[in-house]
Amino acid sequence: MVKTDIKEEFLERDRTASKPRAKAKLNLTAGLSKYTVLLGLLLFAFLILYPLFWMVVSSFKSYDEIYNNVWGLPSVWHFENYATAWSMGISSYFFNSVVVTLATIALVVLIGSMAAFTLSRYRSKWIDAALIFIIGGIMMNPQVALIPLFEILTWLDLINTRWALILTYVAFRLPLTIILIRAFFLSIPKELEESAIIDGCSEFGIYARIYLPLSIPIVLTTVVLTAFFAWNEFLFATVFIDSEVLKTIPSGLMNFKDALRTDWGVLLSGMVIASIPMVILLVLLQKFLVRGLSEGSVKG
Amino acid sequence: MIARKIPLIPTLFLLPSLLFLSIFIYFPLVQNLYNSFFEFSVFSPTKEFVGFASFQQLIQDKVIMAAFINNVKYAVISVLFQVFFALILATILEDKVFRRIAPALRVIYFMPVMISISVIALLFTFVYNPQMGLLNSFLELIGLENLAVPWLGNATTAIYAVIAMSQWQSIGFITMLFIVAIQKIPKELYEAADIDGAGKIRKFFNITVPQVKETMFVNVLITVTGSILVFNEPFILTGGGPGFSSTTLSVLMYEQGFGKDNMGYASAIATLIFVLSAIFALIQIRVSGTGKDD
Repeated sequence: MVKTDIKEEFLERDRTASKPRAKAKLNLTAGLSKYTVLLGLLLFAFLILYPLFWMVVSSFKSYDEIYNNVWGLPSVWHFENYATAWSMGISSYFFNSVVVTLATIALVVLIGSMAAFTLSRYRSKWIDAALIFIIGGIMMNPQVALIPLFEILTWLDLINTRWALILTYVAFRLPLTIILIRAFFLSIPKELEESAIIDGCSEFGIYARIYLPLSIPIVLTTVVLTAFFAWNEFLFATVFIDSEVLKTIPSGLMNFKDALRTDWGVLLSGMVIASIPMVILLVLLQKFLVRGLSEGSVKG
Repeated sequence: MIARKIPLIPTLFLLPSLLFLSIFIYFPLVQNLYNSFFEFSVFSPTKEFVGFASFQQLIQDKVIMAAFINNVKYAVISVLFQVFFALILATILEDKVFRRIAPALRVIYFMPVMISISVIALLFTFVYNPQMGLLNSFLELIGLENLAVPWLGNATTAIYAVIAMSQWQSIGFITMLFIVAIQKIPKELYEAADIDGAGKIRKFFNITVPQVKETMFVNVLITVTGSILVFNEPFILTGGGPGFSSTTLSVLMYEQGFGKDNMGYASAIATLIFVLSAIFALIQIRVSGTGKDD
């Protein structure tokens, strides 16, 4: 599905791009170099794809077979590796990751869009100052905040709770989210809200009934970017959560690895399970992600 | 923009964001600088003022220098691969010759970006495993077993093995950014060049490169900032070892703080990391014009 989605999107662009033009005569050397480049592209694709393919195939193997038969397919497909991984702790990491990711998304979208609403509709020196304050936030990185956040969260008695992750994730995602949503809000025609005001719509009504519904594409972009961040974040998840039952997937996998020692098939099954939700999300919301990546990096 | 007094509700709308950023972003930043002048452990009730002692230690610490050099290696190799190679890759993928196969290749190259770094790093412990690892098994397969080394256990190869994994994971991401930029180039430019009989290499240097210059610059900054901050990859793959051969500033900061409980010294390292990364982040904000009204 990824393939078809992307294909359609890009083929469309290619079609518009390929207006009839003077065709260069294809001689033998040009043909040869084309196939050399193609071979390079395919080799590179193989290099990227093979380790992932190996991970999936080996997750069905026993330890002996992973060790002694690196390249082959499993002689017996150990589907039970997945059941073992799930019952040995992945289920709880998975649940925690789902809770933390969903809560982070909900808060980031709500709080971020509210701020973007004000920042896009009003202008004063205070608003400008608030905007700079928020954009400046993207300069901050988790590493620098790590020890102070540990102190703050300990002081707030939130260390070793899911809130420790949710609150810090929200804070670190807000600047980019606000920049993206604000840019979108600025493009909404003013006539819409003027007619709404005449109809007696309140400020809150303009936000909830006009701005938000019109902004679903950019909201989906921030949902994908935030989900990706929260699901995969490693440093805070390792430092702020100590309790085994509250660990999320990235930090939990490390424990899982230590606990399993040589049970590699089960470890690899756990790794595959950890990757599935993001792959599904990205298959579904592919084009919103590409948009977010390009706008998010070029503009933030 | 409407210039009038801001009513109550919009002010309230702004409040949660400002609170979140104040408490969890700006306060920690100030607090970290403050901590750099003290010596303390995680649960110590008091902090002992030591002035610039941690920074003096920082300058003389050979391990810090070793870590910084690894960060620089990370940055140089990443810029070469992720920016220059990715630009060439993106140009080839956008070439109409490969129109049919390009969409599938794009998805394949992008795949590792979707997968969590902890999964990728665990996977690469299998790739680099000295006994059954994919890399050494492959070298054996093609008769180059004398090149096989314990990649992560060897002090000279460890950091390059870690860097190589990062390239593997991130190249698709930067390639995608270049593809988006190349698609925005007006097609007339290429058509005019075709009429003039320009070859592909000339079109690349005379049209593509100048047109994606800004994206290129931003991508360089993203990769350099990422290299200054890099933590997960060396931490999971090697823990910075063997010895300190593959450590980076962030890994050292973590080890000092949460391993050896030298919170003050760890804060000083964090301050160094912040200064280094903030320089590049500021340039990026300036160049890309973030927050300007388009």
